[in-house]
Amino acid sequence: MKATETEIKINNLNVFHGNHHTLKNINIEIPKQKITVILGSSGCGKTTLLKCLNRLTDLYSNIKVKGEIIINGEDILHSKEDITDIRRKMGLLSQMPYPLPMNIYNNIAYGLKISGRNKKKYLNKRVEYYLKQINLWEEVKDRLKDPASSLSLGQQQRLCLARGLTVDPDIILADEPTSALDPVSSNAIEELFLNLKQHYTTVLVTHTLRQAKRIADYVVFMYLGEIIEQGPADEFFNNPKMDKTKSYLGGTSN
Amino acid sequence: MMTKKTEEKIFKVLMILSTSIIICCLLLIMGTVLIKGLPTLSIEMLTEVPQGGYYFGKGGGILNAIVGSLYLSLGATFLAFLIALPVSLYMNVYLINKNKLLNLIRYLLDLLWGVPSIVYGAFGFIIMVYFGLRTSLLAGIITVALFIIPIMIRAMDEVFKTVPRGLIEAAFSLGSTKSETAFKVFFKQVVPSVVTAVLLSFGRAIGDAASILFTAGYTDSIPTSLLEPTATLPLAVFFQLSSPIPEVQNRAYASALVLILIILIISVLARIIANKNNIKTVVNKRFIYYKNIRNNYNLSYKKRAKTKNKLKY
Repeated sequence: MKATETEIKINNLNVFHGNHHTLKNINIEIPKQKITVILGSSGCGKTTLLKCLNRLTDLYSNIKVKGEIIINGEDILHSKEDITDIRRKMGLLSQMPYPLPMNIYNNIAYGLKISGRNKKKYLNKRVEYYLKQINLWEEVKDRLKDPASSLSLGQQQRLCLARGLTVDPDIILADEPTSALDPVSSNAIEELFLNLKQHYTTVLVTHTLRQAKRIADYVVFMYLGEIIEQGPADEFFNNPKMDKTKSYLGGTSN
Repeated sequence: MMTKKTEEKIFKVLMILSTSIIICCLLLIMGTVLIKGLPTLSIEMLTEVPQGGYYFGKGGGILNAIVGSLYLSLGATFLAFLIALPVSLYMNVYLINKNKLLNLIRYLLDLLWGVPSIVYGAFGFIIMVYFGLRTSLLAGIITVALFIIPIMIRAMDEVFKTVPRGLIEAAFSLGSTKSETAFKVFFKQVVPSVVTAVLLSFGRAIGDAASILFTAGYTDSIPTSLLEPTATLPLAVFFQLSSPIPEVQNRAYASALVLILIILIISVLARIIANKNNIKTVVNKRFIYYKNIRNNYNLSYKKRAKTKNKLKY
């Protein structure tokens, strides 16, 4: 196995919600083109950590972010580069699918259009390409003009994943993407992640231990805003070092 | 001591009583206007302007007021819309991370909403004098627009607030700029509520008398330019009702009936459009989804196994 490159380097990240210290001294090196799973119980700051990565924290009042997040040698928290360019490098998949208020076709085409690619022929080709990539093409090819909200939740979530891919990101951020889905749709999403792994660096937040076991390459375990333990998946699951990790692994995996 | 049951009964009676009082009031108002106005309402009233001696019971109609009111409220609604939409988009997309500032703006707008329309009328009058304008359609439009802007902004804002943050985050995380998020995503999501807000404000604009008393004036002819004074329905009601002649008084009720009908049509339109709200369909869909899960869960184990394959998400 060749040594893995680092895609995202997080140094001494601290986040405050008002007076509440949400994330404490986070240091992670997220490996390139692997699935990194951030594991932990609800309310431990997983989602906040994810939102820091593409600076969606900007959209909240009274959140303060300190530290460094280095992507491609640049600290995105203090970058002079336009924030929209930074965000374009990352696709986001949230807990609930939020399709854009347009038809299925335009949901995919939107990302292409805002990055200036407007030719009808090109759009048609790319929309088909992305829908095939997420195995949705066969299901929706006859109703591309229907509103995206008419799809089932599982289909919507896959559509959102495809929408995120259209802006050619290097990184996929996923925030408990399967927590609202039924098992079949969850499996579909998990398989997609495994397929996409060779092209994208994936950061997945989850509280489901079994999901983490199925797809993780690298695991970060968090508890109340602190990282308790991190390491390659094999090592983490088979040979946990910290007591808290052991009890978490023991407590939920039956 | 009162038992819980009697307490429950007393409150129930109280609630039924107050509900019936308010409904009776509404029916009474409608009834009075209908009984007094309907016999007087005629084609002539709707299609003619007042002729000489109209206010003493002679022939003619209130077409001047109907058309004037429509001109005035359409103009004011349009003008208010041009200001209200950017403000509410700005508040909900650009200022999304500035809670304190947003609260302050909302508070100020609510204050403005509470200012009586006669104050707007007086304010409009001062501005008119300052610019050397006479009472005119233009002055009326500006005053009424000022009066309905806070209403329109807050009506839009209340719905804009309910747009899920996830949608805004999704748009931003695709690399949309703020204006792309505002106009290409956010606006599309809220179109039905924008229409509702506009129609609601139109209803307020056409029904208000105090703000146009000093500013729009009153005339028996239909205005042909923005600088001419114009008649309006609320003032037509006011002037005719203050007449001692019963016939003319009844015409006031007929005018009120016309006004009510216009507002009724507007609010029915607003209803229909609001029901097509696409936020609603998303919410409903989710609701159904969870209901399915729950039902599935509540079924007996055997049944669950049977229906398992039938449920599609």
